[in-house]
Amino acid sequence: MRTLTSLPLAAPADVKRPADKHARMHESAIKHVTGRAAYIDDLKAPADTLHIALGLSTVAHGRLSHLDLPRIRLLPGVVDAVGAADVPGHTDIGPVFPGDPVLVDSEISYAGQVLFAVAAETYRGAREAVKAAFDAGMIRVDADTPSLDPVAAIERGERVRPTHVQERGEWQQALKEAAHVIEGEQFVGGQEHFYLEGQACLVTPTEDDGVVVHTSNQHPSETQKLVAEVLGIPLHAVTVEVRRMGGGFGGKETQASPWACIAALISRRTGRAARVRLPRSEDMRATGKRHPFHNRYRLGVDGNGVIQGGEITLIGDCGYSPDLSDAIVDRAMFHSDNAYSLGAARVTGHRARTHTASNTAFRGFGGPQGMMAIEAAIDDIARHLGEDPLTVRKRNLYRHDDPSSLRNVTHYGQQVDQTELLHTLMAQLETSSDYWARREAITAFNAQNSVIKKGLALTPVKFGISFTAKHLNQAGALLHVYTDGSVLINHGGTEMGQGLHTKIIQVVARELGLDLNTVRISATRTDKVPNTSPTAASSGADLNGQAARDACVKLKARLFDFAAEHFFAEQGVDTDSMRLEEGQLVVATDSGERRIGWGELIQAAYFGRVSLSEKGFYATPLIHYDRSLGQGNPFYYYAFGAAVSEVSVDTLSGEYQVTRVDILHDVGDSLNPAIDIGQVEGGFIQGMGWLTSEELDWNADGQLMTTGPATYKIPTFGDLPPVFNVALMEGHPNSMASIYRSKAVGEPPFMLAISVWSALRDALSSLADYRRSPRLDTPATPERVLLAADALRRAKVSA
Amino acid sequence: MIHFQLNGQPRSVAASPDTSVLELLRETLGQVGTKEGCASGDCGACTVAIGEVNAAGKMHYHSANSCIMPAHQLQGRSLVTVEGLADGNHLHPAQSAMVACHASQCGFCTPGIVMSLFTLHEAQPDEPAPLTPERLEAALGGNLCRCTGYRPIRDAALSMADHPAPRNAWWHDASALPAGDTKVKADGTSTEDSFVQPATLATLLAARKRYPEAPLVAGGTDLWLNVTQSLKRYERVIDVTRVDELLRCDTVTLDDGRTGWWIGAAVTYTQLMPLLDEHFPGFAHLLHRLGSAQIRNRGTLGGNIANASPIGDTPPVLLALEARLWLAGPEGERELALDEFFIDYKKTALGEGEVIRAVFLPAPRPDHTLKVWKISKRREDDISALLGAFHWRMEQGVLREVRLAFGGMAATPKRAYSVEAALEGQPPTDTTFAAARAALLEAFTPLSDVRSSAEYRQLAAANLLERLHLVVNAPEPAKETMLHAYAH
Repeated sequence: MRTLTSLPLAAPADVKRPADKHARMHESAIKHVTGRAAYIDDLKAPADTLHIALGLSTVAHGRLSHLDLPRIRLLPGVVDAVGAADVPGHTDIGPVFPGDPVLVDSEISYAGQVLFAVAAETYRGAREAVKAAFDAGMIRVDADTPSLDPVAAIERGERVRPTHVQERGEWQQALKEAAHVIEGEQFVGGQEHFYLEGQACLVTPTEDDGVVVHTSNQHPSETQKLVAEVLGIPLHAVTVEVRRMGGGFGGKETQASPWACIAALISRRTGRAARVRLPRSEDMRATGKRHPFHNRYRLGVDGNGVIQGGEITLIGDCGYSPDLSDAIVDRAMFHSDNAYSLGAARVTGHRARTHTASNTAFRGFGGPQGMMAIEAAIDDIARHLGEDPLTVRKRNLYRHDDPSSLRNVTHYGQQVDQTELLHTLMAQLETSSDYWARREAITAFNAQNSVIKKGLALTPVKFGISFTAKHLNQAGALLHVYTDGSVLINHGGTEMGQGLHTKIIQVVARELGLDLNTVRISATRTDKVPNTSPTAASSGADLNGQAARDACVKLKARLFDFAAEHFFAEQGVDTDSMRLEEGQLVVATDSGERRIGWGELIQAAYFGRVSLSEKGFYATPLIHYDRSLGQGNPFYYYAFGAAVSEVSVDTLSGEYQVTRVDILHDVGDSLNPAIDIGQVEGGFIQGMGWLTSEELDWNADGQLMTTGPATYKIPTFGDLPPVFNVALMEGHPNSMASIYRSKAVGEPPFMLAISVWSALRDALSSLADYRRSPRLDTPATPERVLLAADALRRAKVSA
Repeated sequence: MIHFQLNGQPRSVAASPDTSVLELLRETLGQVGTKEGCASGDCGACTVAIGEVNAAGKMHYHSANSCIMPAHQLQGRSLVTVEGLADGNHLHPAQSAMVACHASQCGFCTPGIVMSLFTLHEAQPDEPAPLTPERLEAALGGNLCRCTGYRPIRDAALSMADHPAPRNAWWHDASALPAGDTKVKADGTSTEDSFVQPATLATLLAARKRYPEAPLVAGGTDLWLNVTQSLKRYERVIDVTRVDELLRCDTVTLDDGRTGWWIGAAVTYTQLMPLLDEHFPGFAHLLHRLGSAQIRNRGTLGGNIANASPIGDTPPVLLALEARLWLAGPEGERELALDEFFIDYKKTALGEGEVIRAVFLPAPRPDHTLKVWKISKRREDDISALLGAFHWRMEQGVLREVRLAFGGMAATPKRAYSVEAALEGQPPTDTTFAAARAALLEAFTPLSDVRSSAEYRQLAAANLLERLHLVVNAPEPAKETMLHAYAH
């Protein structure tokens, strides 16, 4: 009889284990550091694999008047070239609403849109052929004037989707009766995902007229569907596999599909494997980004700065097509209150159409842009009243103490649970960061120094967890136990570095009482778990963890029933007395505890003809949202957090440094504190980049000028704050029945970085004796900071 | 053929002259642990370690961006990649510290970070300096990570010493390195005719004469972008990095009486650093912010000058120091003031077949002060929006020998003569600096581009004069005039 296998990838003895038993290392950590972790372009492919390069439009708006594919196909090294007319099935691959042609037929909607694709024997050969085709005039375009300003677009009624409104209470009355009315506007910049692994896929043809797609992709099921539709074949003929991504951040939710569709088309036409890998500059030009927003707010407050009501208007720059923009602008609206009661409020969300790449999901999914409006407003209120912004923030937090005031209900009608957690968390951070003593020191410093000005800000985060598209809140898992006792778990979520697979392994190991090394996770595949949702909305562990647990619970019940009959037929043991722990079935019997090894149990079950495979399923309960009313309960729960950032600003150059950051973040009962801390820190720094150095720049013709890391500056090592205290809130399990009472962590920490932006404004505000809050659009580059400082100084001189 | 060592194994591989080390690894040798993130030397995912024998006869490793390093420059070198570090399951400290600190998430940047940590670790026995924040920034500033936020990577760097030493540090063995240089004959022909690697100035000039169309390459940190980004093909390239005369650094007294150093044009920024650290801390500080370790290890002073970019970092400093160039060409050798070298946008006084042999850097004079202020969107690994270099002395309460130069303000790096004139012989008063500010605004009409608007360039450049005003009046200011990370 076979015995248990010892798995080869055990951690080396010199790897230190963190103190917390759940703080386990990433399942691929050793593969990462040894270069053995394979990404798409690392995969071995058949020797005759074709390489694809894309012909991108250099014009932002116009018509493709001439595409000489026959001549392109004759270029040296070219095996095939395709345009829209070569697509046998659907040409529109819009993920939710139509509007995204896989290849341009006639109308060109942005610079970077794919006009045609070339397949050649080598990667370089394919790229050179595209260049030669353009150089030789094989592509001709009639250019038109592009529309690039989202505010002007809305004025002209150019929308990708209708405007949506959420309204609660007599907001106009509240504005009329308010002691003070605070008004402002801001432009919030977009953000390039800058996943380190660019868009890539490898497609191989199958013998059944289908394809197998290896892709760096957050939504394999959608890619499966779109590839099938483009090829005009059933979904079961397409298998999509994702082992891992070299970063996703939302940029591979819908934006990974076009390349798979194009490669599949070429693969089916040629009968050869085909791979695509977008060079960085093409990736940045062709794919959508975080939506830039234009926000306006007009809020009435009482003498204490408590918001009584008002209106917030958000314009999301969606680019040329809907993509996911409806849900993204919705989420911006859902988060335009952040952690504060708006009182009686109307929130309006517009979806502007412009001639840029279709903006898409990016960590926070509109939430960060919505929160920027209210955080700007709160700072403005504080300056107007001459109060510290933290004081005003605390006064406006959602609270339960007076239910009749409805200050625990959002403008879309959801009651905010766990408000006491929010208050406790803020208070703890206020103390641990020494906020008030530092405030005093900074005020004194600023009075003494004319060039360097320091700023400090504490901002909270309340982030709603669930897909707002209700049907996406479901997940599946597939659990296999083999006869040696080793366990294989598969689920619908994808691994992009966030540690989802590690957490799922931990869930399965915990349910089955096994060591982590006994459980292995395999690549996400559409032929294992079908019809899955994207790994997005921070939901990966919430949904797939529950599905994996469901599979374990069902299999465990079957094993217990079998064990009761097989091992204890005579005694008659109740399965309630059984548990799995430390690789054993532990049974409390009248004659004491009996332990049966996991391997023995499994082998006995196999011979007893018990199925050792199980599927699991989960659907989030209790959520609903009535879009016609703009009211509902769209979120299963909220995740909370808060951050304090301190900055030093050089008011001669606008350069600045983030000198200290303190974070306290709520993940309920953490599934893996090491991974969760990683998400909090990484999210914060990414958010900081969005608000500070990451500037997207388009020229007047609508061409993106920041097409690589030489010009698009994400944070680097030296941007890490010298003091960076990050902690998880302890002792507050999720009030809802999430997986082990944990909370989602992927997106919420991103918005903690708003504290950096607010601290910059705080430092600038010192130039106006803290009585004015400068407008500071984002990203707050040194240039914007200096120009804001200069404006404040000049205003002071003229006053 | 390129004869080199890959992870300790001798290799001889043929490659076209415009092949990068990364292409050689991934496409020819099937070594896919090293990743391509940008193919422009800006993200560090492709970082490898290049080993060569130093003056002491020991192996010395530096990090390099393999995506923009010509494969032929591996000739006679040791190439270490992420696949080469672990001995079975026994990880190198750069690896085990990364695992222990949870410093990888998606893992795509990780091989490059491991290799930067490897070079940092392997430099430790030679330079047992403490791992200060500045040193860590210098070592890791060129490795972008989009997932972690860098804190665990910092922890990993700081804890490498606590991890068991490598079991088999084969990379210290210098004996197995293949012979380095290809031979270039007096007529410029050589054994590797498509990638010409002359060892002497005479053969360099001969090769230049024979192949006038072939570009010169040193670090390749700019030239190779033509290959990876613009798909340009080079049938032949002349490599200056092995030319003995271009690698020297000699002390000299010029005819004008100034003493200083002739610094070979192919001396890298990293090689230049100790000299600048000792004599021009302001200049050294600038080099810390020029590119990344990977770029500084390959890029050269001569390349930065010959490139003649308006936003090159060293030319304004060299202009303020009144540096000179030693040019060598078919007609012989000549000297030229650097100021006369830059003619127009990317246009220089370099004649046909001529090369920069060396750059004269004057020795610091004790009564002079040099300040170099670079302004960029990101502090590390970013190209200047503008850069100002200021050199002056005070004599009896007035400014003397004022030399000011700016980058990013005109089509070339440029001296600000009218501003110098406004300051020369004047006391550092508000009136003086107001006149200087006015002269500056008059002297330059900068452009708007992706790095900055013209408005910002004007305002920030004028404000640099304001900072100069503060510094001149308070050499040891009681009040802070600079952010600490920018000050020196």
